Amino acid sequence: MRRWSGKEITLRGLFGLLGGYGLAALWCAVIARWLPMAPLDASLIATILSFLLFAAVVIWAFASRSLGRLTGGGAVCILAGIVLLKGSML
Amino acid sequence: MTLRQTQTILHTWSGLLFGWILFGIFLAGTVSFWRDEISRWTRPELTASIDRKATLEGAVRFLADKAPDAAGWNIALPNDRGAGTLVSWQPQPKPGEEPRARRGRGNEQWLDGMGRPVAVRATRGGDFFYRLHFDLYYVPVYWARCFVGLCAMFMLVAIISGVISHKKIFKDFFTFRPRKGQRSWLDGHNATAVLALPFHFMITFTGLVTLMGMYMPWGAIANYGSMPAFYAAQSTKDLPIERSARAPVPELMPLVAAAEAQWGAGSEAATVRLIAPGDVKQQIVVLRGSADRVAASDQPVRFDGSGHMTRGVQPEGVGRVSRDALIGLHAGRFADLTLRWLYFLSSIAGTVMVGSGLVLWTVKRRERLPDPARPHLGFRIVDRLNIAFVAGMPLAMTGFLWANRLLPLAMKARANAEVNVMFLSWVLAIIWAIAAPRRTAWTGLLAATALSLLSLPVLDLLVTDCGLLASIGRGDSVMAAVEISFIVLGLCFAWMARTVWNRAARSPTAARRRRVAGEPVTAS
Repeated sequence: MRRWSGKEITLRGLFGLLGGYGLAALWCAVIARWLPMAPLDASLIATILSFLLFAAVVIWAFASRSLGRLTGGGAVCILAGIVLLKGSML
Repeated sequence: MTLRQTQTILHTWSGLLFGWILFGIFLAGTVSFWRDEISRWTRPELTASIDRKATLEGAVRFLADKAPDAAGWNIALPNDRGAGTLVSWQPQPKPGEEPRARRGRGNEQWLDGMGRPVAVRATRGGDFFYRLHFDLYYVPVYWARCFVGLCAMFMLVAIISGVISHKKIFKDFFTFRPRKGQRSWLDGHNATAVLALPFHFMITFTGLVTLMGMYMPWGAIANYGSMPAFYAAQSTKDLPIERSARAPVPELMPLVAAAEAQWGAGSEAATVRLIAPGDVKQQIVVLRGSADRVAASDQPVRFDGSGHMTRGVQPEGVGRVSRDALIGLHAGRFADLTLRWLYFLSSIAGTVMVGSGLVLWTVKRRERLPDPARPHLGFRIVDRLNIAFVAGMPLAMTGFLWANRLLPLAMKARANAEVNVMFLSWVLAIIWAIAAPRRTAWTGLLAATALSLLSLPVLDLLVTDCGLLASIGRGDSVMAAVEISFIVLGLCFAWMARTVWNRAARSPTAARRRRVAGEPVTAS
């Protein structure tokens, strides 16, 4: 078994912290736009769910097999989020 | 690395980086389940009474005399957890001034059960611990809340990763191996964590929800463009009313009854607010209390000056009900006495979980140190910070209670002085935690907390007329229960002090240290 270096732990931690908030914020907006409810309800439900999303990203940041996979997965999630958000504005 | 190993790293790091402040947040939150009761204890001048009609009439009499031209009056109705009632008034804003700017702490008065003004010591009471729980102190509220939110997020992460890193969570719950050093700490950490696991998850997640608009405004901005627009869409803000001609203030009790009929059986009004009181255009708003249901919102019912209802209860959507239910679960205001005790005990389990997790970090690593007698700097910092927080903070909190009883009543800025005493006691405790030998540092602070708590009821016999027996004689169950709780908590701390003192002498590390030093090993 390979042990993680301090640098690897720091990078994963930063991905969890910053990437976690970023992804949660982006997908919070996406869910708020797409939930088939009144805008107030959709906004509130999306915000409630966003914290679980944040936690999930931090867990994933450490569970992922490599930093490369993590970066790739993160990029896909951001792109998908932006496309959906743009789509909701049309 | 296996999934379990990765999650162990995550669990250790989030626990270590945020553990101390989380311990403080947990502890302050735990005692805040008794916010009303602590407030009650810190104001011994007030006696219990729940005659709402007399209170309301007395409050109106007092306010009409004190602030007849006010922009607004606020009357907090008494409930059976507190005593007395607090009224406040907002003076008319000066021309060009924001209406909120003149809300001051000087514009409030405590009234007794008959609505007569009572001179009450200046204290923040239980509200102090409640605010400390998410506003901290001496730091700007905005940044404090951001930081507390970050800590809560990583608490959530620590809970989830802690569960994943666990091999046999169910079996471990029934495992306790006392007097086995590291194994005992691990078992204790696991037991307090698993015992109330759903509670820990719930309380952390719902804690984030209480301030979610601030932490995560993007879902609201996505639909409303800005936060002010979002708040405007759901608020029923009281607009100021220009005064014109005088009119009598209507009888308030029938309005309270009408509002309660709107809300339904079992509901209770908590606050009556008057806008432009005593004016022909005055408005009366009755707000609902939160003791009778989980999803608590204040559901304002509005009346005009003739007592005619102008706006009843508005329907609430699934979003608001969900949010209010989650916040209600966090604050536990709906909990009756039994459930409140369960909240309190689960929350103590959470505090112990955080504290034992922090201690476990050092116990685990002490064995592996090259020379346990001279640990490296990082280890020493963690070790001493543990003492400063886990044993120092409870002691400091009792300092607040002592200050409440002993500071002169006429003192300037007395309420703040009580808080300063708490932090000053904490500073002293931290110095002790750093300077004293390890075993003495732990035991000294725990024993001092025990002594402090156990002598509070004695102090009350001497400086107030609400000693334990007097309170029981008067049938004042809240006051008596608080004093008995001090005694029980004091005994718990005394037991902890004794255990730490004895156990430290017998621990494997101490034995090993003696072996290294060439001393004979007597007990192990």
